Amino acid sequence: MQMSDNQCCNVSVRFGKLFFTLIFSLFFSQNVVATSIETTHDASESHVTSGSESSEHGHGQAHDMHDEKEGFDPGKMIMEHIADAHDWHLWGEGDHSVSIPLPVILYTEENGVSIFSSFNFHHGHAAYEGFKLNHEGVIAWEDESNTAAIYDFSLTKNVVAMLIGSIFLMVLVVKMARHYAKNTGKAPKGIYNLIEPLILFLRDDIARPTIGKRADRYMHLLLSIFFFIFTLNLFGLIPVFPGGANVTGNISITMVLALVVFITVTLSGNKYYWKHIFMPDVPVWMYIIIIPIEILGVILKPFVLMLRLFANITAGHIIILGFFSLIFIFGNMNPGLGYAVSPLSVAFTLFMSLLELLVAFLQAFVFTLLSSIYIGMAVEEHH
Amino acid sequence: MQLVTPAIGLVFWMLVTFSILLFILKKFAWGPILGSIKDREDSINQSLSQAEQARNEMAKLQGENEQLLAQARQERDAMLKEAREMKEKIVGDAKSVAEDEAKKIMSRASDEINKQKSAAMDELKKEIASFSVQIAEKLLADTLANNEAQQKLISHHLNELTQKAQA
Repeated sequence: MQMSDNQCCNVSVRFGKLFFTLIFSLFFSQNVVATSIETTHDASESHVTSGSESSEHGHGQAHDMHDEKEGFDPGKMIMEHIADAHDWHLWGEGDHSVSIPLPVILYTEENGVSIFSSFNFHHGHAAYEGFKLNHEGVIAWEDESNTAAIYDFSLTKNVVAMLIGSIFLMVLVVKMARHYAKNTGKAPKGIYNLIEPLILFLRDDIARPTIGKRADRYMHLLLSIFFFIFTLNLFGLIPVFPGGANVTGNISITMVLALVVFITVTLSGNKYYWKHIFMPDVPVWMYIIIIPIEILGVILKPFVLMLRLFANITAGHIIILGFFSLIFIFGNMNPGLGYAVSPLSVAFTLFMSLLELLVAFLQAFVFTLLSSIYIGMAVEEHH
Repeated sequence: MQLVTPAIGLVFWMLVTFSILLFILKKFAWGPILGSIKDREDSINQSLSQAEQARNEMAKLQGENEQLLAQARQERDAMLKEAREMKEKIVGDAKSVAEDEAKKIMSRASDEINKQKSAAMDELKKEIASFSVQIAEKLLADTLANNEAQQKLISHHLNELTQKAQA
């Protein structure tokens, strides 16, 4: 973690920032004090020299950022929150931010594998081992003329959030399995009373009606997909660590999930499924139109799965953050206005958060239902 | 654009994590959980069908019991009826036997009486005859020389008398 003070800010932003900090650091009261002291310090000195850790390059970039940050930019803030990052932002803004540095793992043909902490980038102000963070937070060559590919296998915020969510899920359901093994034939207890209806719902109302008698073979996959999405959706709604990461709203994650479904559907497709695609019951001359459409459909189905989950969850995060940003947009005009808007903004955010709880379940459910239907279409027996 | 561009690192880690997750959950979570849910469902279904069976058996047993009871009642009634009939028969038999016996005794008694009466009559006749003879002898001892002729006359008369009395 790092806190440096090399940026000035105007008074109106300061109030908004203070409120933002208050909201996001309810659990970290120590830091609230620290940040407020620092911001007053900033106000008294209009120009502060960079910290000793920052390199010459970082100092220059800080000045660029300073120019950008004259006003509050909600778009930038929101995008930073929903995008992946190489450190886990906890609280504070810009160079005052406190974050957990995460390991960076890079592979380049030139340097081979290099592993180091994202701390070395100093929030994008410093370059390290010839790499730097560009303004989107993506790792690039320090030497901008170098165009060689960088394969970034870093344990980013989303990777770590996904690992935390997965471990949480694993521990929960493996414990559940142990509990069940110990209490054979007895009714479930506690939290398992919440999980079991979901499992039964998935089995009896999703898998069995859509897939039919072969449903039980796909239950493992469907349950894993459902609980993975549901858990990470819920974790994403927690505003502070270990939540807040927009994992299921990341296209890479949804792409892999959709890919898993696509592979499963393709591998379980029976002869009727393939016949329907390559030899449909239409006049032969229509094959030239039908076959490309069918093939397109096969690819489009998982593609839509990928987009739907990504768009819904990202949209939810954007709306919640957008309502929050209202405070600072108005606060930028006039601090009083910012305070006046804040209750409304908090109320809207609360409402959206509750709606997102529903969406968290709904999107996990829809993804699983559609996966189940696609698998059902692949294994359906025609007569 | 970064938002809709899949990142190779994230895809890689997601593939690794999700594969491990699928494997572990299948082996240690969903398998056992679905298994025990199925076991529980089976045992509940079995218990229900067993309860149903037991209830049917109970009903059957109850029906059988009732049948048995009805049969027993019928048998008891039949036995009672038989007993009553037997009693009546025995009583009737006894009555007829007694009547026969009584009739026999009566007839025997009347026979005896008749016999005794006739014997007594004969005795009486003899007695009366001898008395009469004696009386007549006494009365007519002197007057009647021929005793035998007298005797004949008297018995002739006595016979007439007895025949009159019997008629």
